Amino acid sequence: MELRPIFATLRKHRIPAILIVLEIALACAVLCNAVFMISLRVGQMHLPNAIDERGISLITVNGADPKLAGSDIPRDLAALRGIAGVTAAAASNTVPLSTNNIGWSFGTSPDTTLSTQHTLNMSMYFVGEGADQALGLKLLQGRFFTNDEYADSKLGSGVLPGIHVAVLTKNAADRMWPGQSALGKTFYSKPNFYQVIGVVANVMRPWVGDEEHAYNAVYFPLAPDGMTSGYIVRSAPEDRERILQQAEQILQKLNPSAVVKGRTFTDIRNRFFADTNSMAWMLALVCVVMLAVTAFGIVGLTSFWVAQRRRQIGVRRAVGATRGDILRYFQTENFLLAGLGIVLGMALAYGFNLFLMRHYELPRLPGIYLPAGALALWVIGQLAVLGPALRASNVPPVVATRAA
Amino acid sequence: MFGYYLDLAWRSLKRHKVLAALMTLAIALGIGASVTMLAVLHNLSGNPLPGRSDVLFHPQVDPRPVDLPGAKDEPPDDLTYIDALNLYRLGIAPRRAVMSRNWLPVRKDAPDSPLAMFTDRATTADFFAMFGVPFLYGSAWSAQDDASHAQVVVLSRAMNQKLFGGEDSVGKTLVIATKTFCVIGVIDDWNPQPRFYDLNDGAFGKAEQMYLPFFTWLDLPQDYGYGPMDCWGSNPEAGGHDPKAKQCTWAQFWVELDTPAQVADYRAALVQYSAQQQQLGRFQRAPNVRLRGLLDWLDAKHVVPVTVRMQTWIAFGVLLICLVNTVGLMVAKFLRKSGEIGVRRALGASRRAIFAQCLVEAGVVGVAGGLLGLPMAWLGLWMVRQQPVSFAASAHFDPSMLGIALGLAVLSALLAGVWPALRASRVAPALQVKSL
Repeated sequence: MELRPIFATLRKHRIPAILIVLEIALACAVLCNAVFMISLRVGQMHLPNAIDERGISLITVNGADPKLAGSDIPRDLAALRGIAGVTAAAASNTVPLSTNNIGWSFGTSPDTTLSTQHTLNMSMYFVGEGADQALGLKLLQGRFFTNDEYADSKLGSGVLPGIHVAVLTKNAADRMWPGQSALGKTFYSKPNFYQVIGVVANVMRPWVGDEEHAYNAVYFPLAPDGMTSGYIVRSAPEDRERILQQAEQILQKLNPSAVVKGRTFTDIRNRFFADTNSMAWMLALVCVVMLAVTAFGIVGLTSFWVAQRRRQIGVRRAVGATRGDILRYFQTENFLLAGLGIVLGMALAYGFNLFLMRHYELPRLPGIYLPAGALALWVIGQLAVLGPALRASNVPPVVATRAA
Repeated sequence: MFGYYLDLAWRSLKRHKVLAALMTLAIALGIGASVTMLAVLHNLSGNPLPGRSDVLFHPQVDPRPVDLPGAKDEPPDDLTYIDALNLYRLGIAPRRAVMSRNWLPVRKDAPDSPLAMFTDRATTADFFAMFGVPFLYGSAWSAQDDASHAQVVVLSRAMNQKLFGGEDSVGKTLVIATKTFCVIGVIDDWNPQPRFYDLNDGAFGKAEQMYLPFFTWLDLPQDYGYGPMDCWGSNPEAGGHDPKAKQCTWAQFWVELDTPAQVADYRAALVQYSAQQQQLGRFQRAPNVRLRGLLDWLDAKHVVPVTVRMQTWIAFGVLLICLVNTVGLMVAKFLRKSGEIGVRRALGASRRAIFAQCLVEAGVVGVAGGLLGLPMAWLGLWMVRQQPVSFAASAHFDPSMLGIALGLAVLSALLAGVWPALRASRVAPALQVKSL
């Protein structure tokens, strides 16, 4: 297709052309950044979590006498395991994404104290016997805890257990000892020290701030204790609701003075990401609105052009241009304008991203968003121009013979 | 003249229905999206206690060791138990309140009443007067009750509804964490946003369901924690379950200071207190105090979620796109009228008159866009409220936003109209008339 006439016409209608370019440029800039923000959120929601998310429920028992935990917890667990369909049950202080978090800093040197600088802050999971089964943890290296280790581990007056074994997540192990195997190594928080006896696939923390630190967690064995006030129950996904109801009833009967509350892990996860999720939807909606507005603009301006050039189109048709030629003319014109807008828009998108990076700690916009945004705008441009262009192609050649 | 232009604008818009509809819709969508975002931002960064925010101050002292790695210059947000107690007893502020929160098991004082967990705020008597908490029934407790560790409780309206069906429950008793408490007051709905007095759990959310005297609360069997605690030091045993540990901060503290002189005095007192504690060897650092007013405190804590601010920028981007779009459409609109304008010019209309006529038309589009944008913004806010986000409840459409939305719409339409109108007014009459 001959491009020269298009350029000639555009030069004559410089202002509307510039406006279309500007509009597409702005839309491109905003779209790239907004979609990037959405993807950051969605990415966080889809971080892998190596537990049996669909089969787990958590039942908390609050207000039971902690002094009786030693006898209450085994009794409660026995009752839970007796419910039809329960494949595993164990006591734990918390589960991933529950927001019930105890963080502690550990280091690799024997002198490591809480106030040492080079430490790794990890979320602590205190778990009772069978927790690896109940959670569906995936052991990568070493072993999980033995019955003796569970029985011998007590908290005393502090928050760190007296036993000297621990299991780390893969990420925590890699961070503590980059490039080495963590198995058999010892980590410290003076005066406590723990030997790594196992490494499990990455499990999320009870509270996830950013992706970089989403997996720093450590598992400690713990004898029945007031701290482990939650029961993890695992079953087939379709049995969860029924089992939760039964479990709540049974535990309430066993602990009449306590407040018993059960939730499926799906519920816990949805609640944790509720803000993130709705923010992503709101942004997506704003993007749709913006693209709609851009499309309206293109439709409006092209319609105007078409109306203005009816005679010119008629002349072209009269001297032999086909309908397809006319259609393609407007499509090409829009393609060129959109292309110009996209080039400008990429620069703007990058600038906008720099601004957001500086003020709101947004990461750098990955390159892939630019071509993706470009493609989206090209497609929208072509769709928007289709109506007016079709109308233009329907201009009969006879228009040329009429007076303007 | 204005009426005539209005009439002309109306006719012109009616003649090009599609263009007019596109312009109106574009402005409406832009206004809808940006006003929604602005309303959220406005509500989030609003003054939680208008009228009282000027006299409320948040004192901070710095009990941390000198060599605490990674420690910023800013003192901890909350106080240690000892400092909270000392500052509470330092009676130089007209009113002061020390507080914290957790959740406790509660049941009615009757056999077989079900037990449930309720969130509570433990605080001292001045809390209610300082923060202007409205009472439905009864009243707050007294400083005497604080001193005597009285077992009294103030319920929120919602909790009173749940436990007593909303009746006047003053004088009824409750069992809270195994002890018996007497209800002495029920407050009306009260939940200032942002929750300035305790930002540890996020700045937006629900208020606590009941209020207990602070010192009585400390006596309760504490298996329920003391709210978020921040500890330092090498002794991991200390932070565990002892709220009185000297290396753990967790208590919020607020004072009311009515005059600038009182503020200055109080600041001096904080410095003096810190110096004294340093001499006693409790504080290692030189006096490092803060005494921020309520709004300064919210500023310093960056309570508006970053995501909301970013989204507001995005919303402005969308508004800008709508503007450019409107400019484009207006250009198209006015150029199309060239013939008509030429005739008017030839008949003696001045350029100024043409300009005015075009601007009126732009204004009409703006008003229409604004009027259509308002329900869109309302819909947008309604959708925000449907979301399970923590600040959803504060996404209200207050009357001032109404004006802002309309004003923004008209202003943006006029701005968008200026240049096309100027262009239109420069149409040469002769040329146009000839081609008619």
